[in-house]
Amino acid sequence: MRAQFVAREVGHGLKRNLTMTLAVIITVAVSLGLFGGALLLRAQVSTMKDFWYDKVEVSIFLCSAGSDTPSCSGGAVTKAQRNQIQKDLESMKPLVDTIYYESQAEAYQHFQEQFKNSPIADNVRESALPESYRVKLSDPTKYEVVASAFAGRPGVEQVNDQRQILDKFFKLLGGLQAIALAIAVTMLVVTVLLIVNTMRVAAFSRRRETSIMRLVGASNFYIQLPFLLEAAFAAGAGALLAIGALVLTKAVLVDSIVAPSFQFTSFVGWDAVVAIAPVLLITGILLAGLAAFFTLRKYLRV
Amino acid sequence: MILFDHVTKLYPNQQSPALDDVSVEIEKGEFVFLVGPSGSGKSTFLRLILREERPTKGAVWVAGKELGHLSNWKIPYFRREIGTVFQDFRLLPNKTVAENVAFALEVIGKPKAHINKVVPEVLEVVGLEGKEDRRPDELSGGEQQRVAIARAFVNRPMLLIADEPTGNLDPGTSVGIMQLLDRLNRLGTTVVMSTHDSNIVDQMRRRVIELEGGHLVRDQSRGVYGYAQ
Repeated sequence: MRAQFVAREVGHGLKRNLTMTLAVIITVAVSLGLFGGALLLRAQVSTMKDFWYDKVEVSIFLCSAGSDTPSCSGGAVTKAQRNQIQKDLESMKPLVDTIYYESQAEAYQHFQEQFKNSPIADNVRESALPESYRVKLSDPTKYEVVASAFAGRPGVEQVNDQRQILDKFFKLLGGLQAIALAIAVTMLVVTVLLIVNTMRVAAFSRRRETSIMRLVGASNFYIQLPFLLEAAFAAGAGALLAIGALVLTKAVLVDSIVAPSFQFTSFVGWDAVVAIAPVLLITGILLAGLAAFFTLRKYLRV
Repeated sequence: MILFDHVTKLYPNQQSPALDDVSVEIEKGEFVFLVGPSGSGKSTFLRLILREERPTKGAVWVAGKELGHLSNWKIPYFRREIGTVFQDFRLLPNKTVAENVAFALEVIGKPKAHINKVVPEVLEVVGLEGKEDRRPDELSGGEQQRVAIARAFVNRPMLLIADEPTGNLDPGTSVGIMQLLDRLNRLGTTVVMSTHDSNIVDQMRRRVIELEGGHLVRDQSRGVYGYAQ
Protein backbone atom coordinates (compact mmCIF):
# COMPACT_ATOMS: atom_id res chain seq x y z
CA MET A 1 0.00 0.00 0.00
CA ARG A 2 1.41 3.32 -0.98
CA ALA A 3 -0.18 5.95 1.21
CA GLN A 4 1.28 8.80 -0.80
CA PHE A 5 -0.30 7.54 -4.00
CA VAL A 6 -3.70 7.06 -2.37
CA ALA A 7 -3.57 10.50 -0.71
CA ARG A 8 -2.74 12.10 -4.06
CA GLU A 9 -5.67 10.35 -5.75
CA VAL A 10 -8.07 11.39 -2.98
CA GLY A 11 -6.91 15.00 -3.19
CA HIS A 12 -7.35 15.04 -6.97
CA GLY A 13 -10.76 13.45 -6.70
CA LEU A 14 -12.05 15.91 -4.12
CA LYS A 15 -10.84 18.89 -6.11
CA ARG A 16 -12.19 17.61 -9.42
CA ASN A 17 -15.60 17.00 -7.90
CA LEU A 18 -15.65 20.08 -5.70
CA THR A 19 -19.32 21.03 -6.11
CA MET A 20 -20.52 17.49 -5.49
CA THR A 21 -18.19 17.20 -2.52
CA LEU A 22 -19.64 20.40 -1.06
CA ALA A 23 -23.17 19.14 -1.65
CA VAL A 24 -22.37 15.93 0.20
CA ILE A 25 -20.76 17.82 3.09
CA ILE A 26 -23.77 20.10 3.46
CA THR A 27 -26.44 17.40 3.31
CA VAL A 28 -24.50 15.24 5.72
CA ALA A 29 -24.15 18.22 8.06
CA VAL A 30 -27.88 19.05 7.93
CA SER A 31 -29.12 15.50 8.29
CA LEU A 32 -26.71 14.58 11.05
CA GLY A 33 -27.39 17.93 12.74
CA LEU A 34 -31.10 17.08 12.88
CA PHE A 35 -30.29 13.56 13.97
CA GLY A 36 -28.08 14.95 16.74
CA GLY A 37 -30.82 17.42 17.68
CA ALA A 38 -33.30 14.57 18.02
CA LEU A 39 -30.87 12.63 20.19
CA LEU A 40 -30.22 15.70 22.32
CA LEU A 41 -33.97 16.21 22.76
CA ARG A 42 -34.28 12.61 23.87
CA ALA A 43 -31.49 13.12 26.37
CA GLN A 44 -33.31 16.26 27.56
CA VAL A 45 -36.58 14.37 28.05
CA SER A 46 -34.86 11.64 30.02
CA THR A 47 -33.04 14.22 32.13
CA MET A 48 -36.36 15.90 32.89
CA LYS A 49 -38.01 12.57 33.64
CA ASP A 50 -35.27 11.72 36.11
CA PHE A 51 -35.66 15.12 37.67
CA TRP A 52 -39.44 15.22 37.87
CA TYR A 53 -40.35 11.61 38.51
CA ASP A 54 -38.31 11.92 41.68
CA LYS A 55 -40.57 14.71 42.79
CA VAL A 56 -43.99 13.64 41.59
CA GLU A 57 -46.44 12.13 43.99
CA VAL A 58 -49.84 10.55 43.93
CA SER A 59 -52.38 12.62 45.81
CA ILE A 60 -55.36 10.96 47.45
CA PHE A 61 -57.84 13.69 48.18
CA LEU A 62 -60.31 12.89 50.93
CA CYS A 63 -63.91 13.99 51.09
CA SER A 64 -64.64 17.30 52.71
CA ALA A 65 -68.01 18.75 53.72
CA GLY A 66 -68.77 20.22 50.29
CA SER A 67 -67.63 17.29 48.10
CA ASP A 68 -70.24 16.03 45.67
CA THR A 69 -68.66 12.95 44.07
CA PRO A 70 -70.65 9.70 44.65
CA SER A 71 -67.99 8.26 46.95
CA CYS A 72 -68.44 11.27 49.20
CA SER A 73 -72.20 10.81 49.63
CA GLY A 74 -71.54 10.02 53.28
CA GLY A 75 -70.24 13.53 53.87
CA ALA A 76 -66.76 14.41 55.04
CA VAL A 77 -64.33 11.61 55.59
CA THR A 78 -64.58 9.93 58.97
CA LYS A 79 -61.72 9.21 61.28
CA ALA A 80 -62.15 5.46 60.75
CA GLN A 81 -61.99 5.82 56.97
CA ARG A 82 -58.89 7.94 57.21
CA ASN A 83 -57.17 5.46 59.51
CA GLN A 84 -58.07 2.62 57.15
CA ILE A 85 -56.52 4.50 54.22
CA GLN A 86 -53.41 5.18 56.20
CA LYS A 87 -53.19 1.50 57.16
CA ASP A 88 -53.73 0.32 53.59
CA LEU A 89 -51.06 2.68 52.32
CA GLU A 90 -48.61 1.38 54.92
CA SER A 91 -49.34 -2.16 53.78
CA MET A 92 -48.42 -1.26 50.19
CA LYS A 93 -44.76 -0.77 50.96
CA PRO A 94 -42.27 -1.01 49.33
CA LEU A 95 -44.17 0.31 46.30
CA VAL A 96 -45.32 3.13 48.48
CA ASP A 97 -42.16 4.91 49.43
CA THR A 98 -43.26 7.70 51.75
CA ILE A 99 -46.64 8.83 52.99
CA TYR A 100 -47.36 12.36 53.94
CA TYR A 101 -50.65 13.52 55.36
CA GLU A 102 -51.79 17.04 54.59
CA SER A 103 -54.59 18.34 56.76
CA GLN A 104 -57.09 21.00 55.74
CA ALA A 105 -55.18 23.56 57.78
CA GLU A 106 -51.91 22.72 56.02
CA ALA A 107 -53.62 22.70 52.61
CA TYR A 108 -55.01 26.14 53.37
CA GLN A 109 -51.59 27.38 54.39
CA HIS A 110 -49.98 26.05 51.18
CA PHE A 111 -52.79 27.57 49.18
CA GLN A 112 -52.27 30.96 50.75
CA GLU A 113 -48.55 30.80 50.00
CA GLN A 114 -49.11 29.74 46.43
CA PHE A 115 -51.64 32.44 45.66
CA LYS A 116 -50.13 35.25 47.68
CA ASN A 117 -51.01 38.67 46.23
CA SER A 118 -53.95 37.15 44.39
CA PRO A 119 -57.57 37.91 45.20
CA ILE A 120 -58.35 34.17 45.09
CA ALA A 121 -56.52 33.68 48.35
CA ASP A 122 -59.01 35.87 50.17
CA ASN A 123 -62.05 34.08 48.80
CA VAL A 124 -61.16 30.54 49.79
CA ARG A 125 -62.06 29.20 53.18
CA GLU A 126 -60.18 26.47 54.93
CA SER A 127 -63.12 24.08 54.85
CA ALA A 128 -63.30 24.21 51.03
CA LEU A 129 -59.87 22.61 50.66
CA PRO A 130 -59.69 18.83 50.97
CA GLU A 131 -57.30 17.04 53.27
CA SER A 132 -55.10 14.56 51.39
CA TYR A 133 -52.49 11.87 51.49
CA ARG A 134 -49.42 12.62 49.43
CA VAL A 135 -47.80 9.37 48.44
CA LYS A 136 -44.42 8.98 46.78
CA LEU A 137 -43.98 5.74 44.88
CA SER A 138 -40.74 3.83 44.56
CA ASP A 139 -41.73 3.11 40.95
CA PRO A 140 -43.78 6.03 39.58
CA THR A 141 -45.01 3.98 36.61
CA LYS A 142 -47.07 1.73 38.92
CA TYR A 143 -49.49 4.51 39.70
CA GLU A 144 -52.45 2.36 38.64
CA VAL A 145 -51.96 0.03 41.60
CA VAL A 146 -52.53 2.85 44.03
CA ALA A 147 -55.28 4.45 41.98
CA SER A 148 -57.36 1.27 41.71
CA ALA A 149 -56.99 0.59 45.43
CA PHE A 150 -58.31 3.96 46.55
CA ALA A 151 -60.32 5.57 43.78
CA GLY A 152 -64.03 5.39 44.46
CA ARG A 153 -63.76 4.06 47.97
CA PRO A 154 -65.97 5.85 50.54
CA GLY A 155 -64.25 8.90 51.97
CA VAL A 156 -61.93 9.32 48.94
CA GLU A 157 -62.91 12.11 46.65
CA GLN A 158 -60.23 11.73 44.00
CA VAL A 159 -56.88 10.11 43.27
CA ASN A 160 -54.56 12.35 41.33
CA ASP A 161 -51.32 11.41 39.67
CA GLN A 162 -49.04 14.34 38.93
CA ARG A 163 -47.11 12.11 36.60
CA GLN A 164 -50.03 12.08 34.18
CA ILE A 165 -49.79 15.83 33.83
CA LEU A 166 -46.07 15.58 33.19
CA ASP A 167 -46.58 12.77 30.73
CA LYS A 168 -48.64 15.04 28.51
CA PHE A 169 -45.71 17.42 28.42
CA PHE A 170 -43.25 14.65 27.76
CA LYS A 171 -45.48 13.34 25.00
CA LEU A 172 -45.25 16.73 23.36
CA LEU A 173 -41.48 16.66 23.60
CA GLY A 174 -41.51 13.07 22.35
CA GLY A 175 -43.56 14.19 19.36
CA LEU A 176 -41.06 16.92 18.59
CA GLN A 177 -38.30 14.39 18.85
CA ALA A 178 -40.11 12.01 16.49
CA ILE A 179 -40.58 14.81 13.96
CA ALA A 180 -36.91 15.77 14.16
CA LEU A 181 -35.97 12.12 13.80
CA ALA A 182 -38.27 11.65 10.80
CA ILE A 183 -36.77 14.68 9.05
CA ALA A 184 -33.29 13.46 9.95
CA VAL A 185 -33.97 10.03 8.48
CA THR A 186 -35.43 11.56 5.32
CA MET A 187 -32.37 13.76 5.00
CA LEU A 188 -30.10 10.79 5.58
CA VAL A 189 -31.85 8.96 2.73
CA VAL A 190 -31.32 12.02 0.52
CA THR A 191 -27.69 12.05 1.62
CA VAL A 192 -27.22 8.42 0.70
CA LEU A 193 -28.78 9.00 -2.73
CA LEU A 194 -26.52 11.99 -3.24
CA ILE A 195 -23.45 10.01 -2.27
CA VAL A 196 -24.47 7.21 -4.62
CA ASN A 197 -24.78 9.70 -7.44
CA THR A 198 -21.55 11.46 -6.53
CA MET A 199 -19.70 8.18 -6.60
CA ARG A 200 -21.23 7.37 -9.96
CA VAL A 201 -20.05 10.65 -11.40
CA ALA A 202 -16.63 10.23 -9.80
CA ALA A 203 -16.30 6.68 -11.13
CA PHE A 204 -17.36 7.88 -14.57
CA SER A 205 -15.01 10.85 -14.66
CA ARG A 206 -12.13 8.59 -13.70
CA ARG A 207 -13.08 5.61 -15.83
CA ARG A 208 -9.88 5.94 -17.84
CA GLU A 209 -7.71 5.61 -14.76
CA THR A 210 -9.79 2.82 -13.27
CA SER A 211 -9.88 0.87 -16.52
CA ILE A 212 -6.08 1.05 -16.71
CA MET A 213 -5.83 0.03 -13.07
CA ARG A 214 -8.00 -2.99 -13.76
CA LEU A 215 -5.91 -3.81 -16.78
CA VAL A 216 -2.59 -3.84 -14.99
CA GLY A 217 -4.03 -5.87 -12.12
CA ALA A 218 -4.66 -3.37 -9.35
CA SER A 219 -6.73 -5.00 -6.65
CA ASN A 220 -10.32 -3.91 -6.15
CA PHE A 221 -9.37 -2.51 -2.79
CA TYR A 222 -6.71 -0.32 -4.36
CA ILE A 223 -9.06 0.88 -7.07
CA GLN A 224 -11.93 1.64 -4.70
CA LEU A 225 -9.98 3.00 -1.76
CA PRO A 226 -9.55 6.57 -3.09
CA PHE A 227 -13.30 6.76 -3.79
CA LEU A 228 -14.19 5.36 -0.39
CA LEU A 229 -11.83 7.76 1.34
CA GLU A 230 -13.32 10.67 -0.58
CA ALA A 231 -16.82 9.73 0.53
CA ALA A 232 -15.65 9.18 4.09
CA PHE A 233 -13.78 12.48 4.08
CA ALA A 234 -16.81 14.44 2.86
CA ALA A 235 -19.08 12.68 5.35
CA GLY A 236 -16.58 13.23 8.15
CA ALA A 237 -16.41 16.95 7.35
CA GLY A 238 -20.22 17.10 7.35
CA ALA A 239 -20.39 15.24 10.65
CA LEU A 240 -17.90 17.65 12.23
CA LEU A 241 -20.09 20.57 11.12
CA ALA A 242 -23.11 18.83 12.65
CA ILE A 243 -21.22 18.30 15.89
CA GLY A 244 -20.24 21.96 15.86
CA ALA A 245 -23.91 22.90 15.48
CA LEU A 246 -24.78 20.61 18.37
CA VAL A 247 -22.17 22.19 20.62
CA LEU A 248 -23.48 25.59 19.65
CA THR A 249 -27.05 24.50 20.43
CA LYS A 250 -26.00 23.30 23.87
CA ALA A 251 -23.84 26.33 24.68
CA VAL A 252 -26.05 29.07 23.29
CA LEU A 253 -29.62 27.84 23.01
CA VAL A 254 -29.76 25.61 26.10
CA ASP A 255 -27.29 27.16 28.50
CA SER A 256 -27.60 30.87 27.70
CA ILE A 257 -31.16 31.29 26.48
CA VAL A 258 -33.50 28.56 27.71
CA ALA A 259 -31.97 27.47 31.00
CA PRO A 260 -31.92 30.90 32.70
CA SER A 261 -35.64 31.35 32.08
CA PHE A 262 -36.68 27.87 33.21
CA GLN A 263 -34.85 27.40 36.45
CA PHE A 264 -37.39 24.99 37.93
CA THR A 265 -36.10 22.10 35.85
CA SER A 266 -32.73 20.67 34.89
CA PHE A 267 -31.24 20.54 31.39
CA VAL A 268 -29.01 18.16 29.48
CA GLY A 269 -25.38 18.32 30.46
CA TRP A 270 -22.27 18.26 28.30
CA ASP A 271 -22.03 14.53 28.89
CA ALA A 272 -24.98 14.07 26.51
CA VAL A 273 -23.23 16.12 23.82
CA VAL A 274 -20.03 14.15 24.34
CA ALA A 275 -22.00 10.91 23.99
CA ILE A 276 -23.82 12.03 20.83
CA ALA A 277 -20.81 13.46 18.96
CA PRO A 278 -19.08 10.13 18.20
CA VAL A 279 -22.45 8.62 17.22
CA LEU A 280 -22.83 11.33 14.58
CA LEU A 281 -19.29 10.93 13.31
CA ILE A 282 -19.53 7.16 13.06
CA THR A 283 -23.02 7.25 11.53
CA GLY A 284 -21.88 9.73 8.90
CA ILE A 285 -18.71 7.94 7.91
CA LEU A 286 -20.27 4.49 8.00
CA LEU A 287 -23.27 5.56 5.96
CA ALA A 288 -21.14 7.28 3.33
CA GLY A 289 -18.68 4.41 3.25
CA LEU A 290 -21.39 1.81 2.76
CA ALA A 291 -23.23 3.88 0.13
CA ALA A 292 -19.97 4.40 -1.74
CA PHE A 293 -18.94 0.77 -1.39
CA PHE A 294 -22.15 -0.61 -2.85
CA THR A 295 -22.18 1.94 -5.68
CA LEU A 296 -18.59 1.22 -6.59
CA ARG A 297 -19.16 -2.50 -6.56
CA LYS A 298 -21.54 -1.89 -9.41
CA TYR A 299 -19.51 0.64 -11.36
CA LEU A 300 -15.98 -0.60 -10.80
CA ARG A 301 -16.52 -4.26 -11.44
CA VAL A 302 -13.53 -6.46 -12.25
CA MET B 1 0.41 -21.13 -21.79
CA ILE B 2 -3.11 -20.75 -23.15
CA LEU B 3 -5.59 -23.56 -23.70
CA PHE B 4 -9.11 -23.17 -25.06
CA ASP B 5 -11.01 -26.39 -24.43
CA HIS B 6 -14.24 -26.49 -26.48
CA VAL B 7 -15.02 -22.90 -25.56
CA THR B 8 -18.40 -21.42 -26.45
CA LYS B 9 -19.31 -17.87 -25.53
CA LEU B 10 -22.88 -16.72 -25.88
CA TYR B 11 -23.60 -13.16 -24.77
CA PRO B 12 -26.97 -12.52 -23.15
CA ASN B 13 -29.73 -11.50 -25.55
CA GLN B 14 -27.87 -12.74 -28.61
CA GLN B 15 -28.91 -15.48 -30.99
CA SER B 16 -25.60 -16.86 -32.22
CA PRO B 17 -22.52 -17.38 -30.06
CA ALA B 18 -19.53 -15.06 -30.38
CA LEU B 19 -17.29 -18.12 -30.11
CA ASP B 20 -18.57 -21.57 -30.99
CA ASP B 21 -16.75 -24.66 -29.71
CA VAL B 22 -13.25 -23.29 -30.14
CA SER B 23 -10.32 -25.47 -29.08
CA VAL B 24 -6.80 -24.19 -29.45
CA GLU B 25 -3.52 -24.34 -27.59
CA ILE B 26 -0.79 -21.71 -27.50
CA GLU B 27 2.60 -22.69 -26.16
CA LYS B 28 4.87 -20.64 -23.98
CA GLY B 29 7.06 -18.33 -26.03
CA GLU B 30 4.91 -18.43 -29.15
CA PHE B 31 3.99 -15.42 -31.28
CA VAL B 32 0.44 -15.81 -32.53
CA PHE B 33 -1.62 -13.65 -34.89
CA LEU B 34 -5.33 -13.68 -34.42
CA VAL B 35 -7.07 -12.71 -37.66
CA GLY B 36 -10.59 -12.58 -39.00
CA PRO B 37 -13.19 -10.02 -40.09
CA SER B 38 -14.89 -7.70 -37.63
CA GLY B 39 -17.37 -9.60 -35.48
CA SER B 40 -15.58 -12.90 -35.98
CA GLY B 41 -14.89 -13.28 -32.27
CA LYS B 42 -11.33 -11.96 -31.97
CA SER B 43 -12.15 -9.53 -29.19
CA THR B 44 -14.15 -12.14 -27.30
CA PHE B 45 -11.17 -14.50 -27.63
CA LEU B 46 -8.86 -11.91 -26.06
CA ARG B 47 -11.39 -10.93 -23.38
CA LEU B 48 -11.68 -14.57 -22.35
CA ILE B 49 -7.90 -14.78 -21.94
CA LEU B 50 -7.97 -11.65 -19.73
CA ARG B 51 -10.89 -13.11 -17.78
CA GLU B 52 -13.02 -10.07 -18.60
CA GLU B 53 -15.61 -12.62 -19.70
CA ARG B 54 -16.33 -16.18 -18.65
CA PRO B 55 -17.02 -18.89 -21.23
CA THR B 56 -20.61 -20.12 -21.48
CA LYS B 57 -19.33 -23.64 -22.12
CA GLY B 58 -15.88 -25.17 -22.04
CA ALA B 59 -12.81 -24.05 -20.15
CA VAL B 60 -10.06 -21.48 -20.66
CA TRP B 61 -6.66 -22.16 -19.10
CA VAL B 62 -4.06 -19.42 -18.87
CA ALA B 63 -0.69 -19.82 -17.15
CA GLY B 64 -1.83 -23.04 -15.50
CA LYS B 65 -5.08 -21.60 -14.13
CA GLU B 66 -8.59 -22.56 -15.11
CA LEU B 67 -10.13 -19.11 -15.36
CA GLY B 68 -13.73 -20.24 -14.80
CA HIS B 69 -12.79 -21.27 -11.28
CA LEU B 70 -10.61 -18.28 -10.50
CA SER B 71 -12.23 -16.44 -7.61
CA ASN B 72 -12.94 -12.74 -8.09
CA TRP B 73 -10.36 -11.48 -5.66
CA LYS B 74 -7.60 -13.41 -7.43
CA ILE B 75 -8.31 -11.87 -10.83
CA PRO B 76 -6.17 -8.73 -10.28
CA TYR B 77 -3.20 -10.90 -9.26
CA PHE B 78 -3.75 -13.04 -12.34
CA ARG B 79 -3.81 -9.96 -14.59
CA ARG B 80 -0.45 -8.84 -13.23
CA GLU B 81 1.05 -11.73 -15.20
CA ILE B 82 -0.43 -10.40 -18.44
CA GLY B 83 0.46 -7.23 -20.31
CA THR B 84 -2.18 -5.61 -22.49
CA VAL B 85 -1.88 -3.21 -25.42
CA PHE B 86 -4.77 -1.65 -27.33
CA GLN B 87 -5.37 0.09 -30.61
CA ASP B 88 -6.23 3.34 -28.80
CA PHE B 89 -3.12 3.28 -26.51
CA ARG B 90 -5.15 4.13 -23.35
CA LEU B 91 -2.61 6.50 -21.84
CA LEU B 92 -3.40 9.07 -19.16
CA PRO B 93 -3.18 12.46 -20.90
CA ASN B 94 -2.27 14.43 -17.78
CA LYS B 95 0.71 12.25 -16.91
CA THR B 96 4.15 12.19 -18.49
CA VAL B 97 5.59 9.16 -20.25
CA ALA B 98 7.47 8.04 -17.15
CA GLU B 99 4.44 8.67 -14.93
CA ASN B 100 2.19 6.66 -17.23
CA VAL B 101 4.50 3.69 -16.95
CA ALA B 102 5.04 4.19 -13.22
CA PHE B 103 1.26 4.32 -12.69
CA ALA B 104 0.99 0.63 -13.58
CA LEU B 105 3.44 -0.20 -10.79
CA GLU B 106 2.06 2.29 -8.25
CA VAL B 107 -1.41 0.84 -8.41
CA ILE B 108 -0.19 -2.66 -7.63
CA GLY B 109 1.68 -1.29 -4.64
CA LYS B 110 5.29 -1.58 -5.80
CA PRO B 111 7.80 0.37 -3.72
CA LYS B 112 9.09 3.67 -5.04
CA ALA B 113 12.69 2.52 -5.21
CA HIS B 114 11.70 -0.37 -7.45
CA ILE B 115 9.68 1.94 -9.70
CA ASN B 116 12.51 4.44 -10.03
CA LYS B 117 14.77 1.63 -11.13
CA VAL B 118 12.63 -0.28 -13.64
CA VAL B 119 10.80 2.55 -15.40
CA PRO B 120 13.93 3.98 -17.12
CA GLU B 121 14.99 0.44 -17.99
CA VAL B 122 11.76 -0.42 -19.76
CA LEU B 123 11.64 2.97 -21.51
CA GLU B 124 15.05 2.13 -22.94
CA VAL B 125 13.83 -1.28 -24.09
CA VAL B 126 11.00 0.32 -26.08
CA GLY B 127 13.26 3.06 -27.44
CA LEU B 128 11.87 6.08 -25.59
CA GLU B 129 14.95 7.16 -23.65
CA GLY B 130 15.09 10.94 -23.42
CA LYS B 131 11.30 11.33 -23.69
CA GLU B 132 10.45 10.48 -20.08
CA ASP B 133 8.97 13.89 -19.31
CA ARG B 134 6.86 14.35 -22.43
CA ARG B 135 3.12 14.15 -22.28
CA PRO B 136 1.21 11.78 -24.59
CA ASP B 137 -0.12 14.62 -26.77
CA GLU B 138 3.45 15.68 -27.52
CA LEU B 139 4.25 12.26 -28.97
CA SER B 140 3.56 10.62 -32.32
CA GLY B 141 1.14 7.70 -32.51
CA GLY B 142 3.98 5.21 -32.73
CA GLU B 143 5.66 6.70 -29.68
CA GLN B 144 2.41 6.65 -27.74
CA GLN B 145 2.03 2.97 -28.54
CA ARG B 146 5.58 2.41 -27.34
CA VAL B 147 4.61 4.00 -24.02
CA ALA B 148 1.64 1.65 -23.82
CA ILE B 149 3.88 -1.31 -24.59
CA ALA B 150 6.38 -0.15 -21.96
CA ARG B 151 3.51 0.02 -19.45
CA ALA B 152 2.36 -3.48 -20.42
CA PHE B 153 5.86 -4.88 -20.22
CA VAL B 154 7.26 -3.08 -17.16
CA ASN B 155 6.03 -5.83 -14.85
CA ARG B 156 7.76 -8.44 -17.07
CA PRO B 157 4.61 -10.43 -17.86
CA MET B 158 4.75 -13.94 -19.27
CA LEU B 159 2.03 -13.09 -21.75
CA LEU B 160 1.40 -10.00 -23.87
CA ILE B 161 -2.05 -9.46 -25.36
CA ALA B 162 -2.15 -6.91 -28.18
CA ASP B 163 -5.54 -5.94 -29.59
CA GLU B 164 -4.85 -4.44 -33.03
CA PRO B 165 -1.82 -2.49 -31.76
CA THR B 166 -1.05 -1.08 -35.22
CA GLY B 167 -4.66 -0.27 -36.10
CA ASN B 168 -4.15 3.47 -35.65
CA LEU B 169 -0.65 3.67 -37.13
CA ASP B 170 0.73 4.19 -40.61
CA PRO B 171 2.62 1.28 -42.22
CA GLY B 172 6.09 2.61 -41.53
CA THR B 173 5.39 3.16 -37.86
CA SER B 174 3.69 -0.22 -37.65
CA VAL B 175 6.88 -1.96 -38.72
CA GLY B 176 8.72 -0.39 -35.81
CA ILE B 177 6.05 -1.52 -33.36
CA MET B 178 6.16 -5.05 -34.80
CA GLN B 179 9.93 -5.14 -34.44
CA LEU B 180 9.50 -4.13 -30.82
CA LEU B 181 6.88 -6.84 -30.16
CA ASP B 182 9.15 -9.35 -31.91
CA ARG B 183 11.98 -8.35 -29.58
CA LEU B 184 9.81 -8.78 -26.50
CA ASN B 185 8.80 -12.19 -27.85
CA ARG B 186 12.45 -13.16 -28.26
CA LEU B 187 12.98 -12.15 -24.61
CA GLY B 188 10.61 -15.01 -23.76
CA THR B 189 7.22 -13.31 -23.69
CA THR B 190 4.31 -15.11 -25.28
CA VAL B 191 2.52 -12.67 -27.63
CA VAL B 192 -1.06 -12.95 -28.87
CA MET B 193 -1.92 -10.18 -31.30
CA SER B 194 -5.15 -9.57 -33.15
CA THR B 195 -4.82 -7.63 -36.39
CA HIS B 196 -6.36 -6.66 -39.70
CA ASP B 197 -3.01 -5.80 -41.22
CA SER B 198 -2.24 -8.37 -43.90
CA ASN B 199 1.21 -6.96 -44.70
CA ILE B 200 2.42 -7.50 -41.20
CA VAL B 201 1.11 -11.05 -40.98
CA ASP B 202 2.58 -11.94 -44.36
CA GLN B 203 5.99 -10.49 -43.48
CA MET B 204 6.30 -11.97 -39.99
CA ARG B 205 5.46 -15.54 -40.99
CA ARG B 206 4.28 -16.58 -37.59
CA ARG B 207 1.46 -18.81 -36.40
CA VAL B 208 -1.94 -17.57 -37.58
CA ILE B 209 -5.25 -18.41 -35.95
CA GLU B 210 -8.23 -17.35 -38.02
CA LEU B 211 -11.74 -16.93 -36.67
CA GLU B 212 -14.89 -16.50 -38.71
CA GLY B 213 -18.37 -16.18 -37.28
CA GLY B 214 -17.14 -17.56 -33.99
CA HIS B 215 -15.58 -20.68 -35.54
CA LEU B 216 -11.91 -21.53 -35.71
CA VAL B 217 -11.38 -21.86 -39.47
CA ARG B 218 -7.60 -21.94 -39.71
CA ASP B 219 -4.66 -22.63 -37.43
CA GLN B 220 -1.44 -22.50 -39.37
CA SER B 221 2.13 -22.21 -38.23
CA ARG B 222 4.18 -19.73 -40.31
CA GLY B 223 0.94 -18.59 -41.95
CA VAL B 224 -0.08 -15.65 -44.09
CA TYR B 225 -3.13 -13.38 -43.81
CA GLY B 226 -5.72 -14.12 -46.55
CA TYR B 227 -9.07 -15.41 -45.36
CA ALA B 228 -9.66 -19.14 -45.69
CA GLN B 229 -11.78 -20.03 -48.70
